[in-house]
Amino acid sequence: MNRYLTDKLSHWVVLLCAFVSLLILALIAIFTFQQGFPAFREIGIVQFLTGTVWRPGQGEFGILTMILGSIYVTLGALVLSTPLGVGCAILLAEVAPHQVRGILRPMVELLVGIPSIVYGLVGMMFIVPLVREIGGTGFSILAAVIVLTAMVLPTVITISEDSIRSVPQKYKDGALSLGATRWQTIWHVTLPAARSGIITAVVLGMGRAIGETMAMIMVIGNAIRMPTSPLDPARTLTGNIAVEIMYAAGIHENALFATGVVLFVLIIALNSIAFVTRQREQEAE
Amino acid sequence: MRLSPKTTQKLAWVAIWGSGVITIFILLFIVGYVFANGVSSLSWDFLFMQPAGGLSGEGGISTVIVCTIYLVLLTIAIVTPLGVGAAIYLSEYASDNWITRLARYGVETLAGVPSIIFGLFGFALFVTVLHFNFSILSGSLTLACLLLPTMICVTEESIKIVPRAQREASLALGATKWQTIRHVVLPAALPGIITGIILCVGRAVGETACLYVTLGGSAAMPTSLLSGGRTLSLHLYYLAMDTRAFDKAMATGVILILIIIIINTLTNWLSQRYMARVRGT
Repeated sequence: MNRYLTDKLSHWVVLLCAFVSLLILALIAIFTFQQGFPAFREIGIVQFLTGTVWRPGQGEFGILTMILGSIYVTLGALVLSTPLGVGCAILLAEVAPHQVRGILRPMVELLVGIPSIVYGLVGMMFIVPLVREIGGTGFSILAAVIVLTAMVLPTVITISEDSIRSVPQKYKDGALSLGATRWQTIWHVTLPAARSGIITAVVLGMGRAIGETMAMIMVIGNAIRMPTSPLDPARTLTGNIAVEIMYAAGIHENALFATGVVLFVLIIALNSIAFVTRQREQEAE
Repeated sequence: MRLSPKTTQKLAWVAIWGSGVITIFILLFIVGYVFANGVSSLSWDFLFMQPAGGLSGEGGISTVIVCTIYLVLLTIAIVTPLGVGAAIYLSEYASDNWITRLARYGVETLAGVPSIIFGLFGFALFVTVLHFNFSILSGSLTLACLLLPTMICVTEESIKIVPRAQREASLALGATKWQTIRHVVLPAALPGIITGIILCVGRAVGETACLYVTLGGSAAMPTSLLSGGRTLSLHLYYLAMDTRAFDKAMATGVILILIIIIINTLTNWLSQRYMARVRGT
């Protein structure tokens, strides 16, 4: 075949690929919103977001308890995994000798790859009985926070490490030559310079935490009620969809899609934070 | 009280090494716990027998392994050409305007959307509307949607690394744009693309939520694309939550961790070879 014809043809083929891909992705967003919309209309958006009763049988749909469940576990995991993850990233990028890094790095990569369901299983078999010792049934927000912390930790570590590593050597040399200790250099020069990458790491970790579904179902107890203590069971937004979608119909199904819309909006909000931080950083440079 | 810089540094070093030790401890604990509780149930019988169901989860995981392989192969076969094609268009052909930027932003956002939302979409579209029912086909299509953004991003990244000079040299020799892409850009970007594919395999093996609502969970041997099934991860979930056969669940966990170790070793080996080639040794 004529090579100019091939050239034209392949142009159209890759254009088609791009078009189909973007169409599918757009479709997912549009479909979720379109299916969720009737629920907002019939139940009322305020009632849906602030209602604390979820009884699909009686036509009562309020997801406040689940919004709080998702937010609590995500914030808990964030608070625990950020210092740990950033600390470990500093160790990998700046402090540890080469050999230690050679051992630690593959371990973190393995931790990234282990399926979340395995974290859930270990949580269910080990963490839940441990929490039961403190009080309650053990299926609780606390157990979920511990499992999620282990799960998002490698995400925070790898992305923070990359951004710490990409800080130009001359910045650090400048600080060191002024007589700063290595730690002063890290704290006052390297970390501020790597700030946007670290924020991205934390935001992506939060995204992973909010989106986790099956491992949460296994350890959080899935009860629909107002959580008042870390030892209480709760239900996450994702868990609500997974547990009920198989037998949902009519307005119940719409309400589950609406739950998906809430998740969607949360993720878009999180991503925008990361996006804006990166944008600002680029402008500053 | 004000600490001297030296003392502060010592304290900071303790905290930093402490977080490293805790991370290693978490990993060793998870892997060790799963192996300690799962290895005793591992045997050739476990690998090559059908799951028999029942409260103690008798039988093995042969059908589950077969289903996992079908699902992963089909998913990769769908997602690779689409993702690579789209990435080539976005990085080589598309002009840099607001539409491209919007597309990139959309792809990045969807890469972070929870998998259960893809599950919701797959359940409503493939399972219900298109009547593929709970099947490997529905599962693969859903999984392909989930992995598509990742595939596009990874491919674009590795295409971007190819130096401009190489493209211009090829064009200057009279090659068409496609010949340049086909013979210069793609070979140089190939290791990155393969790493992306392996990454997708790993995620497909580990994914549970979006398959839970599209794959059905049948333990029988899959006979066609339209028969239901369960992957290793899904099997682990059913064993732990429904059958409550925890030792078998742990054994399945061991297999999953072994697969991830193999995948990681493969990726590292590939990227090392790639680095060696870039350095020209």
